[in-house]
Amino acid sequence: MTALPRWLDIGVLPVVNLALAFLAAAVVVALVGEDPLEVFGVLLQGAFAPGALGYTLYYATNFVFTGLAAALAFQARLFNIGAEGQAMLGGLGIAFVCLSFEAVLPGPLVVILAIAAAALFGAAWAVVPGWLQAYRGSHIVITTIMFNFLASGLMVWLLSGPIMRPGQGSPQTRLFGEAVQLPALHDLARGLGFEAARSPLNLSFLFALLACAAVWVLIWRTKFGYALRAIGHSEEAARYAGIPVRRAVVVAMALSGALAGCMALNEILGVQHKLVLNFSAGYGFTGIAVALMGRNHPAGILAASLLFGALFQGGAELNFEFETITHELALVIQGLVILFSGALAYMFTPWLARLLLSRSAARA
Amino acid sequence: MALDGGPEQAGHPAVRLRGVTKRFGAVLANDDVDLDIPQGAIHGIIGENGAGKSTLASIIYGLYAPDRGSMEIDGEAAPVRSPADAIARGVGMVHQHFMLVPTFTVLENIMLGMEGGFLLGQGEADIRARLASLSRQHGLEVDPDALVDDLPVGLRQRVEILRALFRGARILILDEPTGVLTPDETDQLFTILRGIRDAGGTVVLITHKLREVMAVCGTVSVMRHGRMVGRRETAETNTAELAELMVGRTVGQAERPAQSVVGTPVLRGAGLTWRSPGGTLRLREVGLELRAGEILAVAGVSGNGQSELLDLLSGLSGVQEGHVEFAGRRIDAAHPATPAEMRALGLAHVPEDRQRRGLVLPFEARENAVLGRPEKAGPGPWTSAAAMQAHAEPLFARFDIRPPDPKLPAAGFSGGNQQKIVLAREFDTVPAVLLLGQPTRGVDIGTVETIHAEVLALKERGSAILLVSTELDEILALADRIMVMNGGRVAGTVPAAGATARQLGLMMTGAGDGAAA
Repeated sequence: MTALPRWLDIGVLPVVNLALAFLAAAVVVALVGEDPLEVFGVLLQGAFAPGALGYTLYYATNFVFTGLAAALAFQARLFNIGAEGQAMLGGLGIAFVCLSFEAVLPGPLVVILAIAAAALFGAAWAVVPGWLQAYRGSHIVITTIMFNFLASGLMVWLLSGPIMRPGQGSPQTRLFGEAVQLPALHDLARGLGFEAARSPLNLSFLFALLACAAVWVLIWRTKFGYALRAIGHSEEAARYAGIPVRRAVVVAMALSGALAGCMALNEILGVQHKLVLNFSAGYGFTGIAVALMGRNHPAGILAASLLFGALFQGGAELNFEFETITHELALVIQGLVILFSGALAYMFTPWLARLLLSRSAARA
Repeated sequence: MALDGGPEQAGHPAVRLRGVTKRFGAVLANDDVDLDIPQGAIHGIIGENGAGKSTLASIIYGLYAPDRGSMEIDGEAAPVRSPADAIARGVGMVHQHFMLVPTFTVLENIMLGMEGGFLLGQGEADIRARLASLSRQHGLEVDPDALVDDLPVGLRQRVEILRALFRGARILILDEPTGVLTPDETDQLFTILRGIRDAGGTVVLITHKLREVMAVCGTVSVMRHGRMVGRRETAETNTAELAELMVGRTVGQAERPAQSVVGTPVLRGAGLTWRSPGGTLRLREVGLELRAGEILAVAGVSGNGQSELLDLLSGLSGVQEGHVEFAGRRIDAAHPATPAEMRALGLAHVPEDRQRRGLVLPFEARENAVLGRPEKAGPGPWTSAAAMQAHAEPLFARFDIRPPDPKLPAAGFSGGNQQKIVLAREFDTVPAVLLLGQPTRGVDIGTVETIHAEVLALKERGSAILLVSTELDEILALADRIMVMNGGRVAGTVPAAGATARQLGLMMTGAGDGAAA
């Protein structure tokens, strides 16, 4: 692959990919008989209008956590496809803590324990594939995918039996008490004297921003991050340097799983206030595309998360505004963005390089 | 037949290049190159690494298209746009890294791409017959049914040459063909090349070894920095003049100090036997002793256990049988030591493969300068760009690493400067034991001088050095004692004073008698 300078790779390439994705989406929209400009106008308005912004950021929170999870593992060249299952386990940890301790411990303490449990449960679910990769050579892509199925099965069994809300037939736990919920940001804002539109956006958005900063420090400012990046670029060199590669792989997977588990803070502790089936809803998989688009850098992931959050929220809006645009068509538009900026992220690299670099070389 | 059917247009050179220019990004690999390769001769192209020899060969063979310039083959303007064009015009090439399928037999490799029809049977019989006559004609005896994987390197090279001749090559280009051969195999190769020449073929020998050019070539072209800087008849020149042309200045030998007083043994290995994960025996009962202030060189054709020995001593692979004693520790199968522990005991290691192992290429040079030395990267668990910069700057100054910017990624440095980054890092604290793998492989002559001087300086300061090299010249220039390895065994250890290339070469092939020293 042609190597691009950083400004091209980070600045120009994603914009080109995004533009092409919207171009393709415009064709689809035109084919179903709507005016693409009008549709994109509604999409933008639906995502960023005052009342909608909170929803966009709420979706983005999920993507930040799962995107960071994928990116952190990828620094060590580990493809963690298991964020989905790790998030489910994170939710299970929250439910376990809240349902067990909300009656006996003070609310804030239960919330702190629940946060720790989300991270720990997610980490534990990722450590097993990590260990199998490091010490037994089982391919992490296969094992993490398997562990998604295991997690899914586990949740179905638990939610339709042992922890199902008593006296009810739907697969969910009973509601947590008010004392053990993450406060919504519009409530916090009112407390500070601002008026903000109601939305599911809650304190975990701030946690997500903190996580971005923490991951950046870990990867680029600590010796552990140095070791991870060394492993990612050349495992040979890392072994030569005396880095305990196997242990680092397990720790990287633990941290990645913890981040994925924290996605449940937003959904379960912040919004649903009960454990429900399938709350991870594909965010774990989309996180891989987010990480790819964000070039595995926390700042990029934040930007990509906002984009995907906007697509989710704005896409829902399209559904209401246009008769011909169903929920499925909104998904098609999202899919095109994932396709062009994720799977085909480097498709235009050679052309861009030829177009922009040959000209600058001629000038030099 | 391959060689006797060629057009004999007297006066036309076999290959004529005029004004050939090829640029890769910012690098001008070939700059306005003119070249005439005479018919029926062995012509050498010499130059340092990165002088543009391989690029030029690739242009003749159609792998690269030149940006400018023209090429004639046998006096005809020849647009050669692909290797297929080149083969059709009678140009063949033997690459530095062999292009053979190891799990195929010799015959299968030769018929690859010319199977002739849907079923293999008839084509195979034809090719077998033609191959036999070609082998006889050029003295290239190879068993057509042998698996390539089972053949020694020298024979694999013959298969490559046979394959090129089989496809009708009258002009044969060989890119650094002797790097992997023993002195004996090199002589055999030269006999074969002379045979091809005598049959009317043209041979282009690309190399950086001046002695070989003097031995086998009639004429030689010298390249430097992408330009053709000279052309000589080998009968009218000498190695000193050629070296000067290559480097652009007079080249000296590193001053070899008189044998210093040999210190105490620092590292001992005994009965080291090691099998690869596949179960192949790579080391058999290897014993060695490294002494302070002494250089023990390991000579041998690559692949005879030298790399495995380095891995074992550096802690990269675990001791299976036998033991190593180092800095008061006994390391054996029950008491392994990790690379980090060996380093802490005072071992430094310049690995043979600097690009995959010695450096993390996308990392900045200053990040590479702390590879394996996390304590230099910053306080506690943190890394600090300032600390790494402060560590790298004196290293850059001492080894004159260019460009002198530790913030550049390691991949952006030339091969020689990459090697200097590794050496600067490993030489930084005078190590008790230094493992030195192929320190000058792919490094230009000017830098070789610097590296040899630094190695000798380190020895003067009391390091015990184990030098693994496939260059006998280097071993004879640096070593105090020479240990020859063959088939994973120590074939013998001899004092360097009085050792000759011929004696060592015999030991490498297992024919020599190994006197203990």
